[in-house]
Amino acid sequence: MEEIKQKWGMVIDQDICTGCQACVAACAMENNISFVGEKSAAYRRGMHWIRVERFWEGQFPEISTGFQPVMCQQCGYAPCEPVCPVYATVHSDVEQVNLQVYNRCIGTRYCANNCPYQVRTFNWFDYERPEPLSNHLNPDVTVRRRGLIEKCTFCIQRIYQYEDVAKSEGREVMDGEVVPACAQACPADAIVFGRLDDPESRVSQLARNERSTQLLGDLGTQPKVIYLKGGSGHVRNG
Amino acid sequence: MSATAKTPILSHEEEYRQHLMLDPRPRGEMNAMVMESMQTTSWKFWVVTGFLALVVLVSLVGIWGYMIAEGLGLAGITRPSYWGIFIVNTVFWIGISHAGTFISAILRVLKAEFRRPFTRAAELMTTFGLAQAGLSIFMHMGRVWLAYWMFPYPNQRDLWPNFHSPLMWDFLAINTYLLASTMYLYLPLIPDVTMARDRSTGWRKVFYRILALGFRGTEGEWIHLRTAMGIFALAIIPVMFSVHTIVAWDFAVAMRPGWSSTIFGPYFVVGALHSGIAAVAMVLVIIRSTMKHMTYFIRPEHFDAIGKLMLVVSMTWAYFFFNDYMVQWYGGDKFTRILLEFHEKGPLGWIWFLMLIFNVAIPWLTLWNKRVRSTPWAMFIIGLLINIGMWFERYIIIPISLTINRMPFTWGEYKPGAEIPLSIGTLAFFILLYMIASRLVPLVPVWEVQEGQHAHSLRRVGKAVAPTVSELE
Repeated sequence: MEEIKQKWGMVIDQDICTGCQACVAACAMENNISFVGEKSAAYRRGMHWIRVERFWEGQFPEISTGFQPVMCQQCGYAPCEPVCPVYATVHSDVEQVNLQVYNRCIGTRYCANNCPYQVRTFNWFDYERPEPLSNHLNPDVTVRRRGLIEKCTFCIQRIYQYEDVAKSEGREVMDGEVVPACAQACPADAIVFGRLDDPESRVSQLARNERSTQLLGDLGTQPKVIYLKGGSGHVRNG
Repeated sequence: MSATAKTPILSHEEEYRQHLMLDPRPRGEMNAMVMESMQTTSWKFWVVTGFLALVVLVSLVGIWGYMIAEGLGLAGITRPSYWGIFIVNTVFWIGISHAGTFISAILRVLKAEFRRPFTRAAELMTTFGLAQAGLSIFMHMGRVWLAYWMFPYPNQRDLWPNFHSPLMWDFLAINTYLLASTMYLYLPLIPDVTMARDRSTGWRKVFYRILALGFRGTEGEWIHLRTAMGIFALAIIPVMFSVHTIVAWDFAVAMRPGWSSTIFGPYFVVGALHSGIAAVAMVLVIIRSTMKHMTYFIRPEHFDAIGKLMLVVSMTWAYFFFNDYMVQWYGGDKFTRILLEFHEKGPLGWIWFLMLIFNVAIPWLTLWNKRVRSTPWAMFIIGLLINIGMWFERYIIIPISLTINRMPFTWGEYKPGAEIPLSIGTLAFFILLYMIASRLVPLVPVWEVQEGQHAHSLRRVGKAVAPTVSELE
């Protein structure tokens, strides 16, 4: 399999993640994610683009908690892309991320089935935004209607914003300048975002860590999210 | 010729006679029988039609309309089962539609004579079954009002559908099949509507005159018609195989445990024939017991022949099922192993066992028996059970298999919601279309029956009796 191009990437340190869900809340605010209500959420219809998976390891009382924040892995070979009949989910050659074109989606949900990470969410209804929630909408992000798929975009609106700033100042985007909402909100600094094609960037350095691993890496999807997990002498939660 | 368990076992000679319907009646009388069967309508028919129309109105217009307006959330599909009963129904109805082509085209090409009286009944199932499959796909779509985006139509923004997607292959295959099968239904209908045109008055005369396209039955017209039917009968067979193979590829090319199985193509085709032929048997039982003169055209020996087909297809299906299961189990993938265990021991394990009982055990234990095969009501029950079993099979492959994926955190059960009334709606719509068609077109291709009776005779060779044929074509 030919090596894929790298650009934006993310490192998530599972060993320092506290499972506080701040990333989930920040993502929902940044990306105009609908609130589905208790009943729908209990039926696994929550719209979160990032979820914190919690795993218990061991038997009581020697039990420890593991947290795994999962969002779209922005695969280099994304299984969701070829199955869409209308090209509603496509690969961005420029940013090397996987895009969801909301206006083009007709809601066959094939991509959601074919995503091995199960990170795509579907708008089952038009969800209400009662006052004052209707005032918080982020003007940089499309508000989605019923019947289409959405997913994590690596906060592409922020990427474009800082690319524009850098361009107007006649320079390259600096490392650490673009920060997605989840990384910004993480109190433990467990989420780091940056350029994987720059070997000096913080994300590249972390990615070379001995603890680095990828979710379901054996599938050959070439995810752009790298997890750090379970090396020697690391901090253990719980 | 009342059919009970006491149906006598016939001698070979008598069996041939029944099979080939070698008790011809005068053409005029036979035509009149078909016309009468089409035009005799009791009040019960209208009660049933009215009830079905009400069901269709409530579910397909009312509930579906409400679901389009409110959102797909009214159905039970959710993560991880993003596909549910709508796709189960799609695959099921496409399966039903295979019977028509199989019985009509393959048996026509192979010159299996027992097909003659019920090719039309089977072809109608193809067209109406495909209509339900299409409806089920539309129900499944999140934004059905944009379904036309799948058409490769030229537009100013240069937007084009994705021909890499199996759904696109599906869309093209189903459309091809729908068009081809409708034309294939229509061609052998022409001589029959011509007959009906010449024997009716009023609005029926106008209706049949339009449908008959001015057919008079001249030598030249027959040559054209036969050529066209020959081409269609041959050409539609690969189309039929391709449709269900492509439906199977929707699953087989996906990255899911339990789905990426290389045998899914032929396995689905055989599964389609399994449910389809069983459905033909059911329809024939209903036609025979409710419509006038049908006991002359559809005889226990025809059920006997269909029963043999059902048994062979059931065995083939079992072989493919075993092969699919065996290879997946042997592969030893962690999630596939969990999934296979979930099929049998999960909360819906009873569906898995019922599927095997209905699809394999019941046909094998009953259809070896000639008495059972030639008893219409028994064939109806077996056909019904096979269809339930095949529906269960698709239910296992789609929502139950989708419950298990590679991210255990997201596992969860699927509980159907609006799918249930909408499924009832498609079933009612299928029956309704069929009932209306039974009033409008001759369900028995009377010219084919007459042709068969003319062409065949029994000849004594020593002590044996052999059916002989004189080629008319």
